[in-house]
Amino acid sequence: MEHIELFFKSVFIDNMVFATFLGMCSYLAVSKKVSTAIGLGAAVTFVLAITVPLNWLLDQYILQDGALAWLHPSLVDYDLSFLSFIMFIATIATMVQLVEIIVEKFSPALYNSLGIFLPLIAVNCAILGGSLFMQSREIASIQLATTYGVGSGFGFFLAILAIAAIREKIRYSSVPGPLRGLGITFIITGLMAIGFMSFGGMLTGGDEAPKEVLVQNESTENENSIGDDKEEIVYEINNDIN
Amino acid sequence: MGLLSKKDRQLITDPLSDNNPITVQVLGICSALAITAELEASVVMSVSVLFVMGVGNVVISMIRNIVPSKIRIIVQLTVIATLVIIVDLVLKAFAYELSKTLSVFIGLIITNCIIMGRFEAFALGNGLWRSFLDGIGNAFGYAVILIIVGFFRELLGSGTLWGIPVLGDPIDKTGLYAFGYENNGFMLLSPMALIVVGIIIWVQRARSKHLIEE
Repeated sequence: MEHIELFFKSVFIDNMVFATFLGMCSYLAVSKKVSTAIGLGAAVTFVLAITVPLNWLLDQYILQDGALAWLHPSLVDYDLSFLSFIMFIATIATMVQLVEIIVEKFSPALYNSLGIFLPLIAVNCAILGGSLFMQSREIASIQLATTYGVGSGFGFFLAILAIAAIREKIRYSSVPGPLRGLGITFIITGLMAIGFMSFGGMLTGGDEAPKEVLVQNESTENENSIGDDKEEIVYEINNDIN
Repeated sequence: MGLLSKKDRQLITDPLSDNNPITVQVLGICSALAITAELEASVVMSVSVLFVMGVGNVVISMIRNIVPSKIRIIVQLTVIATLVIIVDLVLKAFAYELSKTLSVFIGLIITNCIIMGRFEAFALGNGLWRSFLDGIGNAFGYAVILIIVGFFRELLGSGTLWGIPVLGDPIDKTGLYAFGYENNGFMLLSPMALIVVGIIIWVQRARSKHLIEE
């Protein structure tokens, strides 16, 4: 249940592109055609699914305050968290290079479709953002970290696929000259982001997941939440969590 | 201006308008949008980027002939990450509240394409002084957009600038609020940043026609 909740949360509520604006650069640059957008989306999902759990391990066993205790009891005082940026980005850059080599070796077909996007990905903010959010949201286990990575990647995939489809269609409409291209893409993305905000009610406020809420409080809390048919789903989810 | 030749001056003035990193080169959008709900955060972010770009471009330009091109991306990332760690620690020490607001977005300066983009496009092929000017110029171009967006979002969204109320008090109904003006809370939500940038692009391209696409 936790996994499903986290997955939907990272796809819809905390969507990489629409809620946190990560990966915007490649989102805007590579969304002119649906086929290339699918390639980039798949590559981002792939790399996020690998780097987030890897960085979770790094964070848990090397970087966190007192994380080095497993090496030797005397190391318990060290707090290396200030190194996390450099460690994360080094992991990501290395992994991207490694993935590129492996994919080229074992699946030339996949390499041909992903190939050109892989080097781009090392500097995609969505990838580093995934790891940094994983750290700041204190995700509890490596399985959850994997789910989070896959979910955020899938969210990015959806976003870039949607905008690419819209941009292919909008070429036939008469957009005012100065807005053509970049400008209208920005505004459409803004409108889509407003649309995605409506998913916010899906899991009753996300971060304060009602795990601690007592059963008798639950009915009142549901009455306070959005009063449409989502309420039933919310109620079911709450029950399952409890 | 004896200090700067005409060509050098262009390095600084071009990114401010016709070659703006955000609205024309489409670099560094991520951080530009997420943190612009307040003017103060936008300014601090701009200063951080200014520091990282100025110093980073100089360092990359210095080592451009030593580093083999195959590993240059990792080298560049290491240089940026080091500079960003410095910025992060300084912010945590002197402006703790603000560093909480900016949270992961300071870390995301590392993958801000504007920095990698300028390293690749300029610092790898040019000398120290020109690389420095290019870095500063692009950081200013970035800052201009950030500050414009931050200004409008804070003014229209919460009626304040730099945290100081400028339109009167919404609760006591003084100033503009006496005439029935209301804050537009929508401006504080993140999607509005996109729409504001979209409008800036519109205005800019309507003024300089040669930027229009297709």
